[in-house]
Amino acid sequence: MLWYVVKRVLLAAMTIFLVATITFFLMRMVPGGPFIAEKSISEQAQAALNAKFGLDKPVYVQYKNYMTGALHGDFSLSLKQRGRTVSEIISSKFPISAKLGGVSVLIALAVGIPLGSIAALNRGKWLDQVIMVIATCGIAFPSFVICTVGMYVFGVRLKWLPTFGLTSPLHYILPVFSLAFYPTAYITRLMRSSMLDVLDQDYMRTARAKGLSWNRSLFKHALRNAVLPVVTYVGPMLAYTLTGSFVVEKIFVIPGLGGQFVSSIMTRDYTVIMGTTIFLATLLILMNVVVDIVYKIIDPRIQLK
Amino acid sequence: MSENLVDIHNEKLSFFTPAGEVKALNDVSLYVRPGEILGIVGESGSGKSVTAYSLMGLTAHPGRLTGGDIYFNSHHINRMTEKEMRRIRGNEVSIIFQDPMTSLNPVYTIGNQIREVILLHTKRTKKQANERACELLRLVGINEPEKRMKQYPHEFSGGMRQRVMIAIALACEPKLLIADEPTTALDVTIQAQILELMMSLKEKLDMSIIIITHDLGVVAGMCDRIAVMYAGKVVECGTTDEIFYQPSHEYTKGLLRSIPNLYEREHKKLVPIQGLPVDLLDLPEGCPFATRCPNCMKVCMKHMPEYTYLNDSHYSACWLLDKEKFMKKQRGALT
Amino acid sequence: MTSKNPLSFQLNTDDFLPASDEEKQNLIKMRPSISFWKDAMRRLCKNKVAMISLAVILVVMIFSFIVPAFYPYRYAQQIKGSEYLHPMTYSEQEQARMDEGEKVFPHILGTDNLGRDYAVRVMVGSRISLLVGLVASAIVLIIGSIYGAVSGFFGGWVDTIMMRIVDIIYTIPDILLIVLLSFALKAPIAKLAVRKGFGWIQVMGPNLISIFIVFALLYWVGMARIVRGQILTLKQNEYVTAAKALGASNARIIRKHLLTNCIGTLIVTTTLQIPSSIFTESFLSFLGMGVAVPLPSLGSLASDSLNGLTSYPYLLMAPALLISLIILSFNLFGDGLRDAFDPKMKS
Repeated sequence: MLWYVVKRVLLAAMTIFLVATITFFLMRMVPGGPFIAEKSISEQAQAALNAKFGLDKPVYVQYKNYMTGALHGDFSLSLKQRGRTVSEIISSKFPISAKLGGVSVLIALAVGIPLGSIAALNRGKWLDQVIMVIATCGIAFPSFVICTVGMYVFGVRLKWLPTFGLTSPLHYILPVFSLAFYPTAYITRLMRSSMLDVLDQDYMRTARAKGLSWNRSLFKHALRNAVLPVVTYVGPMLAYTLTGSFVVEKIFVIPGLGGQFVSSIMTRDYTVIMGTTIFLATLLILMNVVVDIVYKIIDPRIQLK
Repeated sequence: MSENLVDIHNEKLSFFTPAGEVKALNDVSLYVRPGEILGIVGESGSGKSVTAYSLMGLTAHPGRLTGGDIYFNSHHINRMTEKEMRRIRGNEVSIIFQDPMTSLNPVYTIGNQIREVILLHTKRTKKQANERACELLRLVGINEPEKRMKQYPHEFSGGMRQRVMIAIALACEPKLLIADEPTTALDVTIQAQILELMMSLKEKLDMSIIIITHDLGVVAGMCDRIAVMYAGKVVECGTTDEIFYQPSHEYTKGLLRSIPNLYEREHKKLVPIQGLPVDLLDLPEGCPFATRCPNCMKVCMKHMPEYTYLNDSHYSACWLLDKEKFMKKQRGALT
Repeated sequence: MTSKNPLSFQLNTDDFLPASDEEKQNLIKMRPSISFWKDAMRRLCKNKVAMISLAVILVVMIFSFIVPAFYPYRYAQQIKGSEYLHPMTYSEQEQARMDEGEKVFPHILGTDNLGRDYAVRVMVGSRISLLVGLVASAIVLIIGSIYGAVSGFFGGWVDTIMMRIVDIIYTIPDILLIVLLSFALKAPIAKLAVRKGFGWIQVMGPNLISIFIVFALLYWVGMARIVRGQILTLKQNEYVTAAKALGASNARIIRKHLLTNCIGTLIVTTTLQIPSSIFTESFLSFLGMGVAVPLPSLGSLASDSLNGLTSYPYLLMAPALLISLIILSFNLFGDGLRDAFDPKMKS
């Protein structure tokens, strides 16, 4: 068991390292730099800024410096947001996205799992067809459509809900709804097909032969087996959702990490890009490890290798 | 009649599928006495498993009883509610299935799955249920039961899993054990062990067994009586000796003829039964075996034969037997 | 047990004569056997939802590829004085012309901020979305299936390394790569665009090229995983061993035996990849990283409409509805295909 943990940690570190390296060099391959576009800066000032942030040194030196710093937890200062460290930026924006994302994932699970199970149990009947059409719509409609149409209908026309910011619980409704739409639909579909597979299994027949009621055999025997693929899906989904959706944050004007990430790419804020990428990669890998462990708890057949 | 443990009278059961009505059982009648082992033999699709499941009320979804009565242990099965059925499932009648690999839930321990049926039907505490489970495991020949209880199905071999299934089935000391092809998925050597186990348990616990199989060797060694099924009908039923030494239905004869003889000196061709199995969506009006029967008569194709009793225990559904009686009657009338 | 009932019908001696073989043959009815493909097609055609989706897809295709050729307005044509017209209304100038007896084709979906007829822009926009979806899916199919087939077929350390690469690609955030690539490629593509025969690059926009390149670099991994999984299962089959024993080369085995058996999965996965590609393109266009102006994409149309949302909601509704419809239809049709090819489905 210990050996397994050590192996996972080493593998994770290696992957993060690789991703960081690729990102670093990819950024530098792009022509232009963080300070070129700024109109208000003279060439000398530009050179001074470049020197300050070490951008005038050869790329390999910059890489070495960055990596050594990163290993010590120092992700340097933001190139564009003067005076703020990257860590500070990430730690201030992440909780906002995380709150939004966390609620969305909870809703997706709370709605998706029962809905998918109901569809499976009523296979072929109209309830199943209705649920599946709604779920397919859910994965089909692009997020920006959901956001914009939702905002228009509920915010502009009906004026029931606020359309930007996150100052009251009411403000959460539209963004969470938009964010949770796709995962809920996906989980519903996944749960349905998984449940259908499980219902066909012989051990369900054994459960009934013992005298268990339909409901009890469902909850005890079917659910635990059927939920496994959902667990696999939730890991990465959680990582992406917690770090924020750019579209949702842009449309509803929410100062989260997703929006920050894309804007830092646009403005070539190298350090913020690196920091956020590493953060995202770490979170993703962490989630995968958590998922593997949860999976092992639910399904004892899995060998941790 | 009423002292029989199981009494099935003219059961008819169909599956109402989108493709049409699949007549799985067409007038099945059989009985099982307390303490006896009945073997039901027949090919795939003959309705053997369907009969057994209907006895427990476990008929799968588009299936419905369309006629007849089923009696078990003085319960009128086809008139019982689901709630009443649940009380006797796993309790007065148990079933073990063909494939032990998939019949156990992979995510729960063996102990959990045995305890489940004990706690469901008896008023024991969890601790008592655990003790009982260990007892059962020992009964079916699994050593170190305390350790084994905490293990998962994938840590057991096929034969061991089938033993566990037997343990679960016997947990509440049922009057009837139904074994649906219990050894088909196992090696021949394990097969022998499992069958011996079942016979010894039957003696110990004084229960009846219905064993469903397509393997004539299995029924020859184990059963007191045998029912031969074809296309949803019991075509012949009698004691083991009667079936093997005095088969009267052409199908039974065909089955016995097709067994290769171990002691044959010369190389002889195998003798299969001619023709193809019947389509249950489209059953003929007469005897379902008509097209494959070497002695088929015109009447066989038009009318379903009725049972002829050769003696108290041995009956068969064949017009050929009627023919003899008919001829005798004719001769009697003429003279 | 039922005792024997007295004979309820008349039997005579004739009935007890043996039946001839001919009479027995008449009783046997054989059902015709159907090939796998015909069976699948039959199941597909019975699926109402899938058939309706197919019809919708065909209608949209006609709508986006054929209709604009006959339409009285061009997508880049700016009509002065006709800015921000609501659907089915006319500007003052157009009204004046109509009063003089000239026939002016109505703006079915109104016009946008530059006076361009919105209906034709939506049509061309959906054409772009469909084209990108199809081309991108083709790229994903080719790269993904070859990669997955090779990885699955050879197994061992080849497989391990190839799958590790896949894992790493999965971890790279796609937005990052897309944006960086579009920046990186802007200059070289612009240079290429002025050379002979590459003028179409100008029209499509360098961003679109980068999107295709990104698809080629990133999005094939899902397909690769699926194909690899299939190959691993199929590899165990005995006909592969038989082919090897007969001396077939690896390439031949992959091509003839393994890939052909995957075709069902390939078709379904590609069909479901199309809406995903369309989704990605519209998403990127929405962010401003898609097609170049003035070429419309349903995503960019939706994005542009946000400014005047309160006053001109139709500018959002039309592209939003259409893109959702397209993606939905492809998904439903793909689902239908999957159900048709899966023999385990109890209909």
